[in-house]
Amino acid sequence: MSVSPDRGRRAAGAVAGRAFVLIRRRLAQALPIIVLVLVGNFVLMKLAPGDAVDAYFASIGGGDAGVIAQLRAEYGLDQSALAQLGLYLWKTAQLDLGKSLLHGQPVLTLILERMPNTLLLMLSGVSLAFGLGVILGVAAARRAGTPADTAIVTLGLIIYATPGFWLGLMLIVVFAVKLAWLPVSGIETIASQMTGFERVLDIARHLVLPTVSLALVYVAIYMRLMRAGMLEVYGLDFVRTARAKGLTADRIDFRHVLPNALLPMVTMLGLQFGTLLGGSVVIESVFSIPGIGRLAFESVVNRDLNTLLGIVFMSALLVIAVNLIVDLLYAHLDPRIESA
Amino acid sequence: MARVTRRTVIQGALGAAGSSLLPWNAHAQGKRGGVLMVAADSEPAHWNGAIVASNGVFFVSSKVLETLADQAFGGTGIKPLLATAWTPAADGKSLTFQLRSGVKWHDGRDFTSADVAFSAMEVWKKLQNLGRIVFKDLEAVETPNATTAVFRFSKPIPSQLIVNALPAVSTVIPKHLYEGTDIAANPANLKPVGTGPYIFAEQKRGEFTRLERNPNYWAPNQPLVDRILYRVMADKGAIAAAHESGDIHLSCFSAVSTPDALRLGKVKGLQVSTKGYEGILYTATVEINHRTKQLADLRVRKAIRHAIDARLLLDTVFNGFGAIATGPVPATGAPFYTTDVPQYAFDPLRAEALLDEAGFRRGADGNRFALRILPAPFFEQTRLTGDYLRQALRRIGIDAQIQTNDTPGHFAKVYKDHQFDLAIAALVYRNDPAISTTVLYRSGTPAGIPFANQYGYADPEMDKLIDQAASEINGQERIKLYVAFQKKVMTDLPILPLIDFPFLSVVSEKVVDHHNTPRWPVSSWPDVGLA
Repeated sequence: MSVSPDRGRRAAGAVAGRAFVLIRRRLAQALPIIVLVLVGNFVLMKLAPGDAVDAYFASIGGGDAGVIAQLRAEYGLDQSALAQLGLYLWKTAQLDLGKSLLHGQPVLTLILERMPNTLLLMLSGVSLAFGLGVILGVAAARRAGTPADTAIVTLGLIIYATPGFWLGLMLIVVFAVKLAWLPVSGIETIASQMTGFERVLDIARHLVLPTVSLALVYVAIYMRLMRAGMLEVYGLDFVRTARAKGLTADRIDFRHVLPNALLPMVTMLGLQFGTLLGGSVVIESVFSIPGIGRLAFESVVNRDLNTLLGIVFMSALLVIAVNLIVDLLYAHLDPRIESA
Repeated sequence: MARVTRRTVIQGALGAAGSSLLPWNAHAQGKRGGVLMVAADSEPAHWNGAIVASNGVFFVSSKVLETLADQAFGGTGIKPLLATAWTPAADGKSLTFQLRSGVKWHDGRDFTSADVAFSAMEVWKKLQNLGRIVFKDLEAVETPNATTAVFRFSKPIPSQLIVNALPAVSTVIPKHLYEGTDIAANPANLKPVGTGPYIFAEQKRGEFTRLERNPNYWAPNQPLVDRILYRVMADKGAIAAAHESGDIHLSCFSAVSTPDALRLGKVKGLQVSTKGYEGILYTATVEINHRTKQLADLRVRKAIRHAIDARLLLDTVFNGFGAIATGPVPATGAPFYTTDVPQYAFDPLRAEALLDEAGFRRGADGNRFALRILPAPFFEQTRLTGDYLRQALRRIGIDAQIQTNDTPGHFAKVYKDHQFDLAIAALVYRNDPAISTTVLYRSGTPAGIPFANQYGYADPEMDKLIDQAASEINGQERIKLYVAFQKKVMTDLPILPLIDFPFLSVVSEKVVDHHNTPRWPVSSWPDVGLA
């Protein structure tokens, strides 16, 4: 029996329609989420003792009453918290993120300057963690219960329990200081005037150690999820059917089990995106990479409200977008899941 | 020269300043060229040292923007830079500067007395954190010719103070770029144009700042290196690793932790020292809130001082880098420094007796009363001193609790809201007691001003001494008044100076002619070279 072309088109149209509804609904939800995140972070920063002017005069070793009051007025910190919040939200609505008190530059410029570094680090870190997680998870699941399985799981746990900064520093000591194979820190050779492919290669070399450090911390999670997913799917009826049909073990594992076990991994990937942005503070500091994580950390300790809220705003946008993509991906991986 | 041991280092830093036995390889001659790689652990909002007189800004800006004078080992302790000579008037109401001729700004314009007058009147006096105090009575700067600037004051001012303050407060900026603009928002603050040995080339925030050799520098055959690259590195461990791999030549202001520094000192090709910080020593100090009823009692303050073993503190927390403070002026603070002040030996029994005498006997639980200690969070030394003090006070029956805050939180609690009993601060001595030391003891500071008397301590006699010294134009008389001031501080113990400590620098042996002035990290480095 053949499907009429007309029916196929209608089905495709329905899928596209569902995706459209999902996107529209998510965008409507995004607005209150962003406002809530901004207000929440604003309140948290206001609850912390001291403000940006205190932090500034701490860093320069003090000043007299005149300059201190003048600066507070200039930054609008002499107004009530509610007035400050209202003004901030109003400006953000007009896409004006304001100026950083700490860096003296527009917040948007700062974020756009550093976002590529963080994205590069995040994407390579997550890809590596995801890839390694799949390989190790599958390998462990296929040998479930054997010493090889135990070894993989134990190793994963040990790495997971190791602090990221320590792992990073040890990698630096071994591969950059002792062996001198890779650069110690930075995102590229500074002030080198490299261009084109040479520059890409240079950045790639600088990215190796931070990517590995970032990925190692997360690889254990993906590995365990993958292993558990595989084991669960092994027990399902269709796998038994496949086996009864006489398919080879490899074909069953890679064609039938693996795709079905990937679903929780995709969920995790979506969730992880938000934490990776925060998790990179440590890696960015240890490897001296000018990224968003470090910028956020510096903003908090200096009470640089504009910069912090700007980062929170952009990150919220990013996380919402990634989650939307993940949901669309779900529908693709498993058509039974509809826009939730 | 043999590797520097810790002992020679300490002698170099805190012994006779100006001794010819420099612990560094100071007599090797650097050759022309090379790139000096420096670790920078922070990045200020801008580089205008005329507005913000702070070590964080000077670390980079002092190579680009010069001051009228800088500190030097030996002689009067002050050496000419943009000014070649200065003469005070007999009535103390004016000070005449002879300026260096033939100096050019990096954009090719001539440096003249108009630039000095503009910087002094519009920037130092009106905007600068220290200058607003030092130059508050400056009325006008006259410029009879291009190389003479006459500073006129509304009342007699000690020229000694002005001259001692010059290294920190007299950064000259170009009038032609700043006149008629909003000085605080001028784009030149981010890309300074100066007269210094290095030209500001570019900055990539969070990554690096690049300075290039100034080929038209006024001193012949200087500077030597082609380029200075400051690399922004936020992590102390990463800076230590970069030293070991040879990626950086130099880090200053204890950018590596003390244990790492001690380890790096043994690595071949690296040196560690505290020399070059004599002019910017910090004093680890116990700040005391006199609003707390027990602490208003002099006997309790004395007891706290007797409970502290400064020798142990110096050897453990400070790893021997530093000296026990005898008073509010460090031993390197000649000609003001005096040892003729009351001293308080480590004596827990005496401390307990004093507390008993004050009426604070041990209760059933062994405690007399409880106190909050707030250590300043930004130095390893202040945090550890807080931990030590807690133990020392528990021994004499004071139930001390540490309260930790981040920097703005600490400032708000100690200097604005006064929600503390004891705090541990690192207070800098800036070459003259009137610049940033007497403000710690003078009453009448409004709440919210950091590094000033927020302690609730008010003593009319102390105020009188400080005010007299601030307007005494005779140098010798002024020194006498500050000797009396030091005695008074150590008699009243409004706050407790404990350890005078320098920072640590880690330097590659490839670098020559470095750390050869008393505030070297924040000086202009015209002679530094790479062997």
